[in-house]
Amino acid sequence: MSGVQTFFGAIGEVAILTGQTARELVRRPFEVKLWIVQLEQGGVQSWSITFLTAVFTGMVMASQFAIGLEPFGASLYTGKLVSLGIVRELGPVLTALLVGGRVGAGFTAEIGSMAVTEQIDAIRALGANPVRKLVVPRVVAMVIALPLLTVLADLVGCLGGVFITMLEVHISFRFGIEQMIDTVDVPDLIHGILKSAFFGYFIAIISCWVGMNTRGGTEGVGQATTRTVVWTSITILISDFFLTRFFLAIYG
Amino acid sequence: MSHPATPVVPETVDGAATPPADGEEIIRFAHVGKAFGDKVVYEDLNLDIRRGETLTIIGGSGVGKSVCLKMLIGLLKADRGSIRAFGDEVTTMDERALMGVRSRIAMLFQGAALFDSMSVEDNIKYPLREHAWGTEEQMDARVAEVLELVDLPGVQKLRPSELSGGMKKRVGLARTIAMKPEVVLYDEPTTGLDPITVRRINGLILRLQERLGVTSVVVTHDMDTVFTVTNRLALVYQRRIAFVGTPEEARHSDIRFLREFIKGGRGVLQEDLS
Repeated sequence: MSGVQTFFGAIGEVAILTGQTARELVRRPFEVKLWIVQLEQGGVQSWSITFLTAVFTGMVMASQFAIGLEPFGASLYTGKLVSLGIVRELGPVLTALLVGGRVGAGFTAEIGSMAVTEQIDAIRALGANPVRKLVVPRVVAMVIALPLLTVLADLVGCLGGVFITMLEVHISFRFGIEQMIDTVDVPDLIHGILKSAFFGYFIAIISCWVGMNTRGGTEGVGQATTRTVVWTSITILISDFFLTRFFLAIYG
Repeated sequence: MSHPATPVVPETVDGAATPPADGEEIIRFAHVGKAFGDKVVYEDLNLDIRRGETLTIIGGSGVGKSVCLKMLIGLLKADRGSIRAFGDEVTTMDERALMGVRSRIAMLFQGAALFDSMSVEDNIKYPLREHAWGTEEQMDARVAEVLELVDLPGVQKLRPSELSGGMKKRVGLARTIAMKPEVVLYDEPTTGLDPITVRRINGLILRLQERLGVTSVVVTHDMDTVFTVTNRLALVYQRRIAFVGTPEEARHSDIRFLREFIKGGRGVLQEDLS
């Protein structure tokens, strides 16, 4: 089978899994306990990595812009550029890439191990639905958790930027915050948050699909985990372009 | 769920169980074909399974013995042909309809397939909860009952990682029979176990047949298992079932491969050694 056929076959299978997930998502009774477990593991446990990444990204951006804008006498605009850049792009994308690497790899490793030890077959043989038990909770968790983590990233990233701007450009904290609030509109925030919900879905569905199709023992699990990190990263970056164009067309 | 009367399973030569007299046919494979890519596993699989019997399926490694079990409960789809269980066509069922079949035909997987993240108790309760089997107290009682049946009382709170290979198989068996299935499929139940545990598992298969009257289909490489639990023996050879008969008939079969297979030893098959 050629690479093109494999690629489109994979897209088709992910689409089918999405359909099955949507069907099981609305079927009662809801497995709320499983959703909460995944929210805790995928979302709550990712706050520290999100925090650290965002705060240092904000600080690096502010350092670069403060120096880069100085020759043009535009250093005072550092806060504007940092906050827009973080809220519209870097907040959602960096959070998705990092959480995708951490959580997506974990999902694939866990589900992949279950696949190679026949635990997924056992779920079906015992009268349950693996999509309902394994995929739905992870998709729900990531679609909820990633936007929340993105809000956290936006906030601490901007604060990091303000902190460095205070040091480099010698503005007051109040000025920095007011400039940030003036610059970032509600549509900018919504733009980033909606994108991150899509990223959350991509991370969960790809990592679950790769996990469920894992073959070849522990070696296969390792390869599947690597594949997940690569595929989710590429999907996030490519879809970011199209989602950005789409939301720009809506919100401007 | 009703069960047939418990069949009498007296010990005969080599400890093998005698077949129940003309049990009703409850499962039938007819002209089943199955391939994975270019690898053809079955060209024309024909086999019937009778109520109350223990049918053992033997054959070389990788010939598709487990595939046969998985097709029966819809974990794998047959490419062509018919598989009927209790009169219903399995090959055309959707996942929802298959759940009905799986509540009557349960499977013990090769590695037991216990859920690592759950305790023994939660593993056994898993199918009970899925089928809203009863109250929490009733499920507790059922867990204790099936663990008693597999000679593992009191291990409810242990995790699968705390169990030995043989204990995992027995907990897996307890989970398999928790829903009181009419048919139990055993996928290599004794592979990788020490001889004493092998005998214990063989004893359990016999005990379940005696006490619960379950029909058993056992895929195995182990000749001890074959000659201890079998009523009828089926050989998978050259992408079909090449022989079905009693172990005694198998010894005198015209098929040289089968005779050599059996002679390969009452432990490990010659083919595995090559």
